[in-house]
Amino acid sequence: MSNKALFEYEDHWPTELGAVSVADGTVTFRGHDLLNALEDLSWMDLLMYGITGRRFSPAQLELIQGLWKISVSYPDPRIWNNRVAALGGSVRSTPGLSLGAAIAVTDATIYGQRPMIGVFDFLQRARAARDSGEPLADFVARELRTHRGVPGYGRPLRSEDERIAPTLRFARGLGLCNGTYIDLAMEVADTLKRYRMGMNIAAINAALIADQGVTVAEYKRMAVLAFSAGLIHCEFDAASHPEGTLFPLRCDRIKYDGLPHRAW
Amino acid sequence: MTAKAEAIHSRIWDEQPEADNPFTAAACYCRGYDVYGELLNKASFVEYLYLLFVGERPTPTQAELLERLAIALANPGPREASVHAAMCAGVGGSPAAAALMAALGVGAGNLGGGHEVRVAMEAWERLGCDLTAWQAFLADPPQAERADIWTPMEHAPGFDPHGVGCAMPVLQTLEVLRTVGAGPHLPWLAMHREALEAAAGAPLALSGVAAAAFRDLGLSAEQGEMLYLLLRLPGAAVHALEQKQYGFRRFPFFHGAVKYVGPGADNA
Repeated sequence: MSNKALFEYEDHWPTELGAVSVADGTVTFRGHDLLNALEDLSWMDLLMYGITGRRFSPAQLELIQGLWKISVSYPDPRIWNNRVAALGGSVRSTPGLSLGAAIAVTDATIYGQRPMIGVFDFLQRARAARDSGEPLADFVARELRTHRGVPGYGRPLRSEDERIAPTLRFARGLGLCNGTYIDLAMEVADTLKRYRMGMNIAAINAALIADQGVTVAEYKRMAVLAFSAGLIHCEFDAASHPEGTLFPLRCDRIKYDGLPHRAW
Repeated sequence: MTAKAEAIHSRIWDEQPEADNPFTAAACYCRGYDVYGELLNKASFVEYLYLLFVGERPTPTQAELLERLAIALANPGPREASVHAAMCAGVGGSPAAAALMAALGVGAGNLGGGHEVRVAMEAWERLGCDLTAWQAFLADPPQAERADIWTPMEHAPGFDPHGVGCAMPVLQTLEVLRTVGAGPHLPWLAMHREALEAAAGAPLALSGVAAAAFRDLGLSAEQGEMLYLLLRLPGAAVHALEQKQYGFRRFPFFHGAVKYVGPGADNA
């Protein structure tokens, strides 16, 4: 039982990320002068460099942006996280509050962050298992027995994922569709055909990003912003309609399944 | 409304519309009780809160436990991370909702937050009041095989990894809640606290007391997590408002604290 760490960190935050000097306005970003020495960094480059400490090629940065654009920028307020942003716009909350709430909601289980992180992690464990001599089919079967599903395979609303073909076409065009993990993701898809579990875009995205050397902890941070364009589009669209008109519900559209009316 | 109109299904809430407007409720029923026609005049807030979560009226003992627990949790104080986050919103002039969202987001995690309470309650569900099982669990907590949005616990759930001894407010809360007499978990926790702390290598935290109290109230781990998050918001709200009044110049900026130690740093 010790409070040593609190004493050690009291008024002391050592970091390799960077800092701003209040005295002279210098901004150090991973050892570089952010304001004067990083002119070649795009915003996406800055984001990835900040998360990983590594620089990515223009093609890799294009890949990340393209994956976000194709797979998680749907302009449809019926999708649950988009709906949160749109509801905020409809009732005239602020864009920031609406987007913040929607990004938080994207930490979801049947879509969003959990499948994205889950399949990234699954592919890494599958590779490790195969490297240690376990047949892939055995590993997949064990995953199904233990966890009753494989993240990234199966989809709540449509079994066929319309995003896979354009994503693969896009990645091939960049010359970034030939790594170990994308091949593994396809092998897993073949293995799961007998279970009628189609691959969804989360598996493709995770594989393509894992092939760029990204870790699961880094992927978590990247994925947080992936949906933001679609979210804010839905918020702004709803804010442009008459207030309170997004999916209004009559009282009798609450289907009550509870106890009968009673006295306190 | 068309015959095929989709509906929200609920066992909690029922409404009857006004005669002149199908989008406005004339009467609202919570778990079968008329909220504005009867509960408003008869139920206490904690009774209503319990009804919402559990579905039935609390016994007087359960209502008393929830009342005492709500007071214990209502304000973690301005040094606590979730309240600190809310104060950052307040001092910068962010919207009220941003302060509460900041408190919820920061106060949701594994250290003193909602997820810690959930993990502790899941342990209660598995281990019950079995001291040997608890000691084994605390000494070597199981780690999930799969990665998740949540990182693995870095300390025993419900215990303070930075504590030296059990803090007086924790002891006081445990004693008050135990004596209410609502269930088996709080008395058992009070009886075996020191043995559990030895196994955990850390003193009991308020999150651990809350987890036991929620179990005694009959809540699931999911419900306990949610209610814990709710009950800690008042302190975040008032401290955010207070710091807005004081202004940023009187709020710690930790001027000399951040030190760059990465490549190219002058660490001499």
